[in-house]
Amino acid sequence: MEQITDEFAIIDNFLCIRMPKEVDHHGAAGIREGADRLILDDKVKNVVFDFENTTFMDSSGIGVIIGRYRKISCFGGKVYAINVSDRIRRLLSSSGMSSIIEILS
Amino acid sequence: MNNKSNEIYFEFDAVSENESLARVVIAAFLTRLDPTVEQLEDVKTAVSEAVTNAIIHGYGEHGGKVAMRAVISQGGVLEVHVCDTGVGIADIKQAMQPMFTTGADKERSGMGFAFMEAFMDKVSVESKVGEGTKVHMWKVFDNYTQETQPILQAAVWNSDGRI
Repeated sequence: MEQITDEFAIIDNFLCIRMPKEVDHHGAAGIREGADRLILDDKVKNVVFDFENTTFMDSSGIGVIIGRYRKISCFGGKVYAINVSDRIRRLLSSSGMSSIIEILS
Repeated sequence: MNNKSNEIYFEFDAVSENESLARVVIAAFLTRLDPTVEQLEDVKTAVSEAVTNAIIHGYGEHGGKVAMRAVISQGGVLEVHVCDTGVGIADIKQAMQPMFTTGADKERSGMGFAFMEAFMDKVSVESKVGEGTKVHMWKVFDNYTQETQPILQAAVWNSDGRI
C-alpha cells in the first residue's frame, strides 16, 4: 500500500479516494484533479470511493464518479463505493449509478 | 408569535465556497420546523443544487450575486427561492430533464433539477435569457404542529442554559 496523501492511497492496482465530509461542486475539483493525476500513472486500474467521512453529497459527487468511471472503464477498470450511508446509497441508486458503481458493504 | 410566518433573505457572491454557507443557513432556518434528519438533508441537497446551478451555469463561474429567500408559513410549509441575474435558460423543459447538461466538460451529471424535484414537494423555474433565473421550491412539513412549537423553544432555551 502506498499512501500518497491523506485523501489518496494506492493498494495493488486500486486507487482509494477518501471522500471529504461534504461532497459538493466546491470540493469536487480537488478530488478530480488529484485522482486523475494518479490514474494517469497507469499503476491504477480500479477506483474505490470511500464515503466513511461523508455526511453530505449532492449531484456534483455523481459527476465525479461518472468522470472517473469514464477514465478507467475503457481499460477494463471498475469503480466501487465503500462505507456508504443509507442516504448516499439512495443518492447513488436514484441517479442510476447502480449500473456503473458497485457498492460494497 | 407562533402564528406568524417567518422570512429570511440572504445574498452572497457566486463563488463555490458559499455553497456550503447556503446549506448551513437554510439548515439553521429550518430547525424551527423540527425536521427529521432526512427532511433536513433533502432541503440541504435541493438548495445546494440550485445554488450550484446559479454559480456554474447562471454566472459561468465568473462571479455575480446569488439571492436566497426562504419563508416558513404558519402551516409548516417551507418555500425557498434561489435567484441569479446570470445568462438565463433558453429551454427550461430541456434543462430540467434528468441527465441533460451543458456542463459535460465540467463533469456535471445533469442531475441537479432531478434532485431538486426528488427532494422537494414542488419545484418551478422562471428564466429569461440575459436576465437570469429564479428557482422556486416548496416542502411541506407534516410533522410540524403548532402545539409542539412552544415545547421545542423551551428545549432550545434549556440547552443554552438560559432557563
